[in-house]
Amino acid sequence: MTQTLTGGTLHPDRDAIVRAAPRPYWNPYLIGTLLGLVLLATYLVTGRGLGATAGFAAVASWIAGLFSPEHVAANPVHAKYWNEGAPLASWTLFLLIGAFFGALVSGFLGHRLRFAVERGPQVTDGQRLELAFVGGFIAAYGAKIAKGCTSGQALTGGSMLNVGSLVFMLAVFVAAYGLAYLVRKEWL
Amino acid sequence: MLPLSSSMEFTLGTELAMALVLGAGFGFCLERAGFGSARKLTAVFYLYDMAVVKVMFTAIVTAMTGLFVLSALGLLDLRELYLEPTNLAAQSLGGLVFGAGFVIGGYCPGTSIAAMATGRKDGMAFALGMLAGVYAYAEFTPGIDAWIKAGATGEMTLPSVTGLSMGWFVLAFVAFLLFARWGMRQLEERFGYLRPAA
Repeated sequence: MTQTLTGGTLHPDRDAIVRAAPRPYWNPYLIGTLLGLVLLATYLVTGRGLGATAGFAAVASWIAGLFSPEHVAANPVHAKYWNEGAPLASWTLFLLIGAFFGALVSGFLGHRLRFAVERGPQVTDGQRLELAFVGGFIAAYGAKIAKGCTSGQALTGGSMLNVGSLVFMLAVFVAAYGLAYLVRKEWL
Repeated sequence: MLPLSSSMEFTLGTELAMALVLGAGFGFCLERAGFGSARKLTAVFYLYDMAVVKVMFTAIVTAMTGLFVLSALGLLDLRELYLEPTNLAAQSLGGLVFGAGFVIGGYCPGTSIAAMATGRKDGMAFALGMLAGVYAYAEFTPGIDAWIKAGATGEMTLPSVTGLSMGWFVLAFVAFLLFARWGMRQLEERFGYLRPAA
């Protein structure tokens, strides 16, 4: 660092460090507008909006089918995503696969690709991974009960002024703000 | 007349290809906003970084405005768009449970994919938890689906409930966004001390 300040010889790793430094995220209002246009385009082409949870349900149905297709047929929830034996040919699952690659490209361009665990300084990586799994499990249940998540209910339904979606969004923030103090050690 | 799906039959291959393209835009936006990071996402609950609300609200207002304008111009038939039937009990209960999962797990289903794509192991753990959760729901509590269906009150939007045109709500949401923009700036200053140093 001093070397660059004094104009002396550059640290040999300096270029690598500069290259590796993550770039700032884009302006949230700009990104929000872009995301809104993606949502709008999805509506205009397919007649329905974005979603994510159904993609997970399709994979669950597929896994269940590996063990026993009869069991899938007998289970009303798995059966809904079975798609006549091709559960993986799911629109929402392909949306998620696309999202994976879109995020990968954005992360690559922004120098943000790295194997890491996102957490506050007061928990260990192991604790954080456990909490992430538990949180995912709970969120899945919530999304199943509400028939949608942040994408399918909040964004998609919200933009159509769907009453249930707006209530869902409100409930999400009520619960999350209510619990934020209890889990502050995980994040702050 | 839009949506295209109302006048065109897509083959499965075309549909899935469109899903990939739209999904790529979706994932690109999520990562670019910083939503591949659980700390950035949960920052909204500690009020020092309101990006989640800014992005979500702007996206909703943008899409809503587009839908309204296109339908007012006669280019889009809003009745052709799928609406999840409202069930206030299920959507508030589900929302509360989902919110708990969000602040504990640090992601929501879509953002966990963006996190996973950029190498965040906790994003992977969240996605696995999601998968286990939907699996458990199907195995142990499939009956909840029938309860949700029985209690659904059908399609309910703010315009249909109040009898006011969608345009008024678009105006109100835009005005609220401008006001909220100011309010969120105040919050971020007030709670800025919680922001991680690096």
